[in-house]
Amino acid sequence: MSPSLVTMSYIAASSLFILSLSGLSHQETARRGNYYGMAGMALAIFATIVSDAVTSYSILIVALLSGGLIGTRAALKVEMTQMPELVAIMHSLVGMAAVLVGYANFFDHSSSLVGIEKTIHEVEIYIGILIGAITFSGSVIAFGKLRGRISGRPVLLPGRHGINLALLVAVIFLGYEFVLASQAGAGEWPLALMTLIALIFGIHMVMAIGGADMPIVVSMLNSYSGWAAAATGFMLSNDLLIVTGALVGSSGAILSYIMCRAMNRNFLSVISGGFGSSGGGGAAEIKGDIVSIQVNEVVPMLRDAQNIMIIPGYGMAVAQAQHAVYELAKQLLKQNKTIRFAIHPVAGRMPGHMNVLLAEAKVAYDIVYEMDEVNEDFPNVDVTIVIGANDIVNPSALDDPNSPIAGMPVLQCWKGHNTIVLKRSMATGYAGIGNPLFVHENTRMLFGDANDSLQSVLKELQAS
Amino acid sequence: MKIGIPKEVFAGEKRVATTPDEAEKLIKLGFDVCIETGAGQNADISDDAYEAVGVSIVDNVKSLWLEADIVMKVRAPAAYPELAINELELIQQHQCLISYIWPAQNEDLIQSLAAKQATVLAIDSIPRLSRAQKMDALSSMANISGYRAVIEAAQYFGRFFTGQITAAGRVPPAKVLVIGAGVAGLAAIGTAKSMGAIVRAFDTRPEVKEQIESMDAEFLMLDFDEEGSGTGGYAKTMSKEFIEAEMALFARQAMDVDIIITTALIPGKPAPELITAGMVESMKPGSVIVDLAAERGGNCALSEKDTVVTTSGGVTIIGYTNLPSRLANQASQLYATNLRHLLTELCPEKDGKLFVNMEDEVIRGATVIQDGTITWPPPPLTLTVNKPPPQTEAPAVNVEAEDRPSTPMTRFKQFLPMIIVALVLYGFGSVAPASFMSHFTVFVLACFVGYQVIWNVSASLHTPLMSVTNAISGIIVIGALVQISTSNILLTVLSALAILIAAINIAGGFLVTRRMLEMFRK
Repeated sequence: MSPSLVTMSYIAASSLFILSLSGLSHQETARRGNYYGMAGMALAIFATIVSDAVTSYSILIVALLSGGLIGTRAALKVEMTQMPELVAIMHSLVGMAAVLVGYANFFDHSSSLVGIEKTIHEVEIYIGILIGAITFSGSVIAFGKLRGRISGRPVLLPGRHGINLALLVAVIFLGYEFVLASQAGAGEWPLALMTLIALIFGIHMVMAIGGADMPIVVSMLNSYSGWAAAATGFMLSNDLLIVTGALVGSSGAILSYIMCRAMNRNFLSVISGGFGSSGGGGAAEIKGDIVSIQVNEVVPMLRDAQNIMIIPGYGMAVAQAQHAVYELAKQLLKQNKTIRFAIHPVAGRMPGHMNVLLAEAKVAYDIVYEMDEVNEDFPNVDVTIVIGANDIVNPSALDDPNSPIAGMPVLQCWKGHNTIVLKRSMATGYAGIGNPLFVHENTRMLFGDANDSLQSVLKELQAS
Repeated sequence: MKIGIPKEVFAGEKRVATTPDEAEKLIKLGFDVCIETGAGQNADISDDAYEAVGVSIVDNVKSLWLEADIVMKVRAPAAYPELAINELELIQQHQCLISYIWPAQNEDLIQSLAAKQATVLAIDSIPRLSRAQKMDALSSMANISGYRAVIEAAQYFGRFFTGQITAAGRVPPAKVLVIGAGVAGLAAIGTAKSMGAIVRAFDTRPEVKEQIESMDAEFLMLDFDEEGSGTGGYAKTMSKEFIEAEMALFARQAMDVDIIITTALIPGKPAPELITAGMVESMKPGSVIVDLAAERGGNCALSEKDTVVTTSGGVTIIGYTNLPSRLANQASQLYATNLRHLLTELCPEKDGKLFVNMEDEVIRGATVIQDGTITWPPPPLTLTVNKPPPQTEAPAVNVEAEDRPSTPMTRFKQFLPMIIVALVLYGFGSVAPASFMSHFTVFVLACFVGYQVIWNVSASLHTPLMSVTNAISGIIVIGALVQISTSNILLTVLSALAILIAAINIAGGFLVTRRMLEMFRK
C-alpha cells in the first residue's frame, strides 16, 4: 500500500474514533459509537500491516492474535462490579506498551536525524517513556487498591511533597544527561534510571490517594494513557497516534475535572495526595442516637410511600446487591409507586460505576437520574433508600465548614420524609468521617449485608 | 385508651379535630376513637365516613366526655349554647385534653382546668423545633389563613388578578402587597402569585428576603440598618426611626397597590398598626385590605374584628378572624394530622397508652397542666443536638474568590499562566523544525476536538467512555507494528511484547464496552 493510502486510512480511522466518542453522548447512539471505534481500529491496524513499513508477519500475527484472545477472554469473564479493576489494569497495559515502544525506538539507530531534530526526537522518546512508566506503575497500584490487595487508606510518607519535588528535579536532570549522551549514541543509563524514578513516582502518587478519590485517579490515569500514546505519536511522527492520544488524553482530563468538581476537590490537591490533609480544624463530633429497624418495619414504610428514591453507593457493588435492588424496584413499580434512582457523580470507584451496575441488573435508564436532576425533589420524597453509600449523602458537607468534605455537593436525602440506610455496620466511610445523616431523626438504619436485607424486604413485600 | 372528639361549640367554628384518615391511623396506634354525631358535618365529613374506618359514633355529648380518656378538640373549652353548660364542667378527673389553649391569654381557663385534675396539652404551645414541625398546628393553620386571605380578597376585588390582553382590550394585573412574610404571608404570596398578580412583600426580618424572592415576589427593601429577628423565628418590636421609614414605605405603596394583606404579629403584644386611616383613604376605590391580625387589634386602623367594612372611599377592609374555619375540610385534615403526630409522640410503644414524657422537650412544651399541676410556662429550651440547619445552603467554600477586589495585579496574575505558556511555545517555535510544528498543529486541534466531544457525553455513560477510550488508546499498537520488521532481535522482541499487550487492550476494551452497552436499556 502506498504511503498516501496509508495516511488516508489513518485519517479515516481518526474520524471514526471521533465519531465513536461523540456516539457515546447518548444511550441510543452509544452502541453505534462502539462499532465506529472497532472499525477505526481495524482499519488502522490493517493499513499499517499492509504498508511498506511492515515486511515480516509471523511474529506480528502471533502476538496480535494471542493478545486479542487474552483480551476477549478477560472482557467476557469480568464481573460488572470489577469494572474499575479491569479499566485500571488496562491503563497499565497502555503505559507498558508506551514504555516498550519507546525503548524499541531508542534502540533503533536506523533513523538519520541530526541536530535539533535529533534532540527533539530524543526528548520525545524520553517523555513518552516517562508518561508510560508513570501510567504503568500508577495503574498497577490503583488496580491493587481497587482489588483490595493494597489498603485503600492513603499512605502518607513524611515530606511527600519534598520527595515528589526531588523526583521531578532528578527526572529533569537525567533528561538533560540523556540528550547529551544520546548525541554520542549512548544514553541507556539515564534512560533506565529515569524509568525507575517514573515507576517509583507512579507508585508514590497513587499510594497517597484515598479510596474515595479512586474515581479521580482512574480517570486521571485514563488521561495519562492518552498522553502516553500522543507522545509516542510525536516520537514516531505518526499523526494517527497523536490525534487518538490527544482525544483520549482530553477525555480523561475532562472526566477527572468532572469528578473533582463533584467532590469539590482541587485536582492538584487530590494528586498530591491525602484526604483532607488541607482541611484545617477537625470536623464536629457527631452526637445523637441511631435508630435501627428490622426488615418487617421497612415493609410498611415502603407500602405507605408513594414516592421512593434509591441512592446506591459503593456498598451496593460490594454486596452485589444490584439485582436485588432491581427486583425490589420492579415489585414497587408494580404497585404504581414512583421509583427513581439518584446517582452521585462519584458514587462507586470509577465514573459512571453505578449506572453500569444498574444497567447490568436491567434497571431502565430512564428512571436513573443524576444528582442535579433530583436533588431539588427530595422534600417530596416519602422514603429514600440509601444502599451502602456514606460520604455522598453526608449533610456535614453542607453544614460543617470544618468537615473534610465541606462544600462537596451531596444528595440531600435528609430533606425527604424518611430515609432508610442499609449499612453493614457503623464504620465510617472512606473519608473516615462521621455522618450526621445516620443520627437524623428521620433516618432509620437497617444493618446487615445489603443483598440479604433487600432480599428479605422483597420477600416480605411479596408475601404481604 | 379511648379518644373522644366532640363537635366544636364555638360560634362559626367548622373544623373538627380528626378526619377518617387520621382516625384510622390512631386506631392503628392502639387507641379506640369515638366521635360526637355530626362533628364533621361542617367540614363535609359524614358520620358514615368515620364509621367506615372503625370510629364509634356517640349521640350524646355528655356520655362522650364521660367515656373518653383523651378528648381532642380544636377550640379551647367554651360554653355550650344549646345545653346551657360549659365544656369545662364536662371534663372528668384525670382526663387528658388536647386543643388550642393559649395559656398566656387564658389564665382563668388554666386555673379551672387545673382544678379538674386534668392533663392538658396545648397544641399552640408546641415549641418551634424542626423535630416538632409535623405537630405545628400554628404553621399549618397559618398556611391556610394565607391562602384564604387571597381568596377573600379576590371575592371583593372587582378585577382579574392576572393581566390579560383580550380582544376587548387590555387588563392590567392586580398588584398585591403582603406585609409580614411568616408562614401565612408566604402562603398568601404563593397564592396571589399563582393567580397571576404582581406581588410585593415586606418584612422586618431581612433573612426572609430570600424566601420571598424564591417565590418570585419582590422584596421591598428599607434603606435602614436594623434587624427585626426576635427569638424563635418571630419578629420583634422595632425602633421608632425604623417604624417611620417603614410607614413612609407603606404610604407610598398604598397609593399604588390594589390589595394589601397584612399578617404582622409580635408574640404577646397587640398587633402593630401599619396601615393608617390616611393610607386607606389614599388607596384607589375598589381596593381590598385583608387584615389577618384583626383578632389582636388589627394591622389596619379601620379594620373591625369578624366583619367586612367598606369605607366611603370604596376600600373594602376584611377583618375575618377564623380564616382556617372557612376552609374547614382542608384545615381539619391538616389539624388532625398535627394531632395524630403529637399522639404518636405521646404513645411511643404504639399500645394505645398515653405516656406524657416530661423529659421530651416537645411534649414538655405542649403540656400546660399535668394531673392538675400547672406546668406552664415551660423552662426555656436548651438547644444541644439537632440544631436546625442554616437556611442558606451555599457552601462556605468558593466565596472568597468572588469577593476579592480585582486589582491590576490580580488581573495580571490571572493571565500569568497563559503568558508563560505563550512564551514557552514561542521559544519552542523559534527552534523547532517544520515537521514537528505540523504534528503539533494536529495535536492541539485534536485536543480541542476531544474537549468538545467529551463534554457531550452523558454522565451515565462515563464507564463505557473510559473503557472505549481505553481500547482506542491501544492504537499505540501502530507504534509497535511499524517497528517490528527489523533484523535487530531486541527490537523485534520489544515490539512483539508491545503488540501483545496493546492487542489485549484493544480486544478487551471494545468487547467489554459492547457488553456494557448491551445492558443499557429503556
